[in-house]
Amino acid sequence: MKRGSPRPAKTGYDETAMAMLEVEIWRGEGGDGAWRRYAVPHEANQTVLDVVTHVQRYLDPSLAYRFACRVGMCGSCAMSVNGRPRWTCRTHVSRAARKGRLRIGPLRNLPVIRDLAVDMAPFFEKWRDAEARFIPSKEPPEEPVRPDEPERMAADAGIECINCAVCYAACDSVAWNPDYPGPAVLNRLWTLANDRRDGDRDGHLDAAGAGCHLCRSHQECADACPTGLNPTAAIAGLKREVFRRALSGGARGPRQ
Amino acid sequence: MNEAWLFAAQRLSAMVMAPLVLLHLGVILYAVRDGLSADEILSRTEGSLFWGAVYGLFVVAAAVHAPIGLRAVLREWCRWRGAGLDIAMALFGLLLLALGLRAVAAVL
Repeated sequence: MKRGSPRPAKTGYDETAMAMLEVEIWRGEGGDGAWRRYAVPHEANQTVLDVVTHVQRYLDPSLAYRFACRVGMCGSCAMSVNGRPRWTCRTHVSRAARKGRLRIGPLRNLPVIRDLAVDMAPFFEKWRDAEARFIPSKEPPEEPVRPDEPERMAADAGIECINCAVCYAACDSVAWNPDYPGPAVLNRLWTLANDRRDGDRDGHLDAAGAGCHLCRSHQECADACPTGLNPTAAIAGLKREVFRRALSGGARGPRQ
Repeated sequence: MNEAWLFAAQRLSAMVMAPLVLLHLGVILYAVRDGLSADEILSRTEGSLFWGAVYGLFVVAAAVHAPIGLRAVLREWCRWRGAGLDIAMALFGLLLLALGLRAVAAVL
């Protein structure tokens, strides 16, 4: 190398020969922040998580973001990509970018800790408050649970939720109404209400009681869910069963 | 206020109103074919048990339906909660009922 010639790029890429992505990333702590622009080389089969990782490794090591498995198992890399909540590890740049531009921000409806990392506590607190968890029955079901019975099929339809909060970020009802538990919690309550091995079906319906009626059926959750679940359908089922329970004189107070 | 009952009341009142809205639109198209006059409207409605029942039912369904929807809007947009909201919406429903039935009675 001749003296005075430019050093090879730190990135290890020949950036002059590559198409570049124009990436805007939200930078800031708490409620304060701004979009900052980065130029990132575009590669084949590149995911949005690859882009964020590139920025942190080569352009700005102070960038805060969260990821773990990188293969769509854990859900921790969820971010807002061009305004839509997504798992960044399972989103190819070629699918999400518009004219070579990406705008990557933190998930909506959750407080920002820093940059792209949000505080998931409000999301999980709503799960905890609704006690959306399996409560084993004292006795096993009299009839064996068959995979093709309607209750089991209704439960299986929503069982693959991994609590990534993508639906929670997509939901306008969550944004409008702090009392609304969100699609993920209600979807979980619906799977539990249909699980014949669970010992507290009525308790699950009562926990869903007021909350499920705050859903406006916009189906943003079903549209955004990376696993292809349909929480809106689960919530519609809850509305129906909660009313059926009210008709039969049920609906006791909150679980003790 | 039990949300499950309000949910059912709103859905049921919507089911009642849906065919009545279509009927109402049909009547509008039919009624204006030769221009619209008070005499023509009154000649159709005066003494008609059928039209009295149709619009009477419509008014009752609307008086049930509208306050429940408005209650949801006010809860989300204005953060208004509690008994005050429920009482205000009940009064709003009664107002709709009174105005609507008065209008129906006026053309019978």
